[in-house]
Amino acid sequence: MPMEKQKRDSFTEWCRSGEPFIWVNAAAVSLSAIAVVGLLILLAVRGFGHFWPADVMQATYTAPGESARVLIGERVQKESVPIEQLRSAGFDLDTDKGFLDRELIKLGNRDVTGADFSWILSDFLSDINYPEDIMVLERREWGNFYGYLRGVKEDGRTVTGAEQNPDVLREEFASRLDRALELHEKIEKIEKKDIGAINYRMEKLRLRERGLELDEGLSAEERSAKQTDIDAERAALDAEYRVYQDELAGLYQAINRDSIVAEEMSGRQVELRLAKIVRAFEPNAMDVLDKIWFYLAKFVEFLTDEPREANTEGGIFPAIFGTVIMVIIMSIIVTPFGVVAAVYLREYARQGLMNRIIRIAVNNLAGVPSIVYGVFGLGFFIYFLGSEIDQVFFPEALPAPTFGTPGLLWASLTLALLTLPVVIVATEEGLSRIPKALREGSLALGATKAETLWRVVLPMTSPAMMTGLILAVARAAGEVAPLMLVGVVKLAPTLPVNGNFPYFHLDQKFMHLGFHIYDVGFQSPNVEAARPLVYATALLLVVIIALLNLSAVALRNHLREKYKSLEL
Amino acid sequence: MSTETTQTRTHGIKLDALGRDTAVRKLEKEEIALTVNDLNLFYSDKQALHDVNMVIPRKRVTAFIGPSGCGKSTLLRCFNRMNDLVDGCRIKGEINLDGYNIYDKSVDAAALRRNVGMVFQKPNPFPKSIYENVAYGLRIQGINKKRVLDEVVERSLRGAALWDEVKDRLQDNALGMSGGQQQRLVIARTIAVEPEVLLLDEPASALDPISTLKIEELIYELKSKYTIVIVTHNMQQAARVSDYTAFMYMGKLIEFGDTDTLFTNPSRKQTEDYITGRYG
Repeated sequence: MPMEKQKRDSFTEWCRSGEPFIWVNAAAVSLSAIAVVGLLILLAVRGFGHFWPADVMQATYTAPGESARVLIGERVQKESVPIEQLRSAGFDLDTDKGFLDRELIKLGNRDVTGADFSWILSDFLSDINYPEDIMVLERREWGNFYGYLRGVKEDGRTVTGAEQNPDVLREEFASRLDRALELHEKIEKIEKKDIGAINYRMEKLRLRERGLELDEGLSAEERSAKQTDIDAERAALDAEYRVYQDELAGLYQAINRDSIVAEEMSGRQVELRLAKIVRAFEPNAMDVLDKIWFYLAKFVEFLTDEPREANTEGGIFPAIFGTVIMVIIMSIIVTPFGVVAAVYLREYARQGLMNRIIRIAVNNLAGVPSIVYGVFGLGFFIYFLGSEIDQVFFPEALPAPTFGTPGLLWASLTLALLTLPVVIVATEEGLSRIPKALREGSLALGATKAETLWRVVLPMTSPAMMTGLILAVARAAGEVAPLMLVGVVKLAPTLPVNGNFPYFHLDQKFMHLGFHIYDVGFQSPNVEAARPLVYATALLLVVIIALLNLSAVALRNHLREKYKSLEL
Repeated sequence: MSTETTQTRTHGIKLDALGRDTAVRKLEKEEIALTVNDLNLFYSDKQALHDVNMVIPRKRVTAFIGPSGCGKSTLLRCFNRMNDLVDGCRIKGEINLDGYNIYDKSVDAAALRRNVGMVFQKPNPFPKSIYENVAYGLRIQGINKKRVLDEVVERSLRGAALWDEVKDRLQDNALGMSGGQQQRLVIARTIAVEPEVLLLDEPASALDPISTLKIEELIYELKSKYTIVIVTHNMQQAARVSDYTAFMYMGKLIEFGDTDTLFTNPSRKQTEDYITGRYG
């Protein structure tokens, strides 16, 4: 009896000690940590494996009821499926196995086969080998090409043929590809930068001319003088344009000179122009070091290049840039706004019923679904405010809208509105934590309330403001739904900050990582090819939000250190 | 003037609370800085001060003593209108500083506070450097010349007996100082704007005995230049530092007179009970 009692006591004792609670807490924290780390690892593995140059397989595939054919491609994924499912899919299978393995093979050659990817049944693969001379070409259109190099042509005449030593052939191809890439870079520069700038100035000129037409207060001489100016400028631009045009024609001719002959998996020989090739490599012949180099190059391309082929290839730099610049503009708008509102609510407004109602309203704004903000942004900022601005400041561009259309400014404003409650609440919290003694100390020295606010209270509240801003950035950077209505696009031709005066184009549409994920993952014509990019972009978005947050946290900690007197 | 009357007038103010004849005679000789006339103070509906009449002699130390909640801090905070900041606080009556009523509508509270400085119970330096703390009041007034500031900072820190301890680390954060140093810094900050009156609200109650002693010595030195009013819980401290003492109880001024007389020969029963420790 006493033994039993003691036993029960030790359990109640254990409960009373609070240890079970500590265990529960620890378990909750561990679970959260595992979930976060797991998510990051999943994203990293799925996303960053994409850049690794996988070996390319060559095999014979004999599907039941079909004749044998040769496949060349990357093995992407393997899974096992119930036999019934395959039967119902039309396969005539004569087996008693319950499940069969099937593999996803990236065959490339979309221009030939119609689809990049194909599911095949592993049981019917034979003669699997990895020939060293299989070549992979990354192209500007139609996706990858897998096959064998058979010859190099110049102006349609074979320069080096298949009968030559393969090394000579390969070297000939490599040097000509280098030349083509160099030419392509030049063409890019002229088309995007130089001609882009001319077009931009032409457009400005057109607007000026239109403005001249609309301006009724001008006398005839003034008008004709200005018109002459415009005509002269236009003539100069036209001349400049023609120079570039000629240069471009020459470059195009040069770049289209070379082509190669390649043999694809069905044995057919096709001619590919070097102008369309981005990169050529032979993955089966590469050693680990080569592959690491290749991987890094691809990764850098991913971070710094523009997207190709409906966003499924190339890089995502415009999206990174758009996200960061939008968050920065939003921060610049939301911080002063939120702080001023919080100061009024906490310091000046009479603490009565009205104040309470406003505070509740502000808190509830934080819970409004973001798409509602998007609709508001579209309706108020763009259709109302934007069109008014256009009427008043940009009448010459009408009916084409300047600010009356989704753009960077409106997106930033909408997100600023979305995150305003967070900043207000955090700042109010900070204001209420400043000890009364400090305010009285300042007032007792003859400072007015405003001086006390500016010199003592607000500096000491800055860490709290930063906390608010951190929360705001975290929320805004990941927001996609409202942006789809107020300024984000699938592909923006130029960055919102570029070399055209006035360099900073708040009216332009921009790209955003969150929307990019959605677009690549769900709107892309080539889902299989895009999937790894979705993971990689998602991870990048997480990393960028973390970086933005960390920099704000560092700033806050610095401020906290400076004003660490709050426990007076 | 009789010792027995409860209605006594000095300097034109009726002083019900004035006790012994000696106290009256002493006060008659003093120059007066502040007079309090029928002061009543209400927090919403609760009355915190009842018909207070008194005078504060110039360049003397006047101590307010009394049990907790008796209204001595409230009265002190009336002198620089700190009570204005309390919601629902109403004041009737007047306080005159150098002949003008500080509760007059034309008086700017900020300007008044420059003239009537205040030091609080807990040291409240700003989270800035020592130098900036002292210079704060001047910067508020728009004085930003380095030469002037340097001079005032040094003079004020010397005045608060702090210069020798901090002269090599003026740019350090004031929050790194000890409590006693912080309180002297607050005093330096207050005298930097050259006030006429210094209000000290239990300035040593949060400090250790040695720092308390330093503050008391400082008060003794400062009274040659400033009119000082100090609220204290510690009767020994009141007896040590003050020239005049006012005893308050339940929002009323019970007895007011020179410190020696009040402590050795109080005229009111309540005063005697309090200083002999029967309540409080």
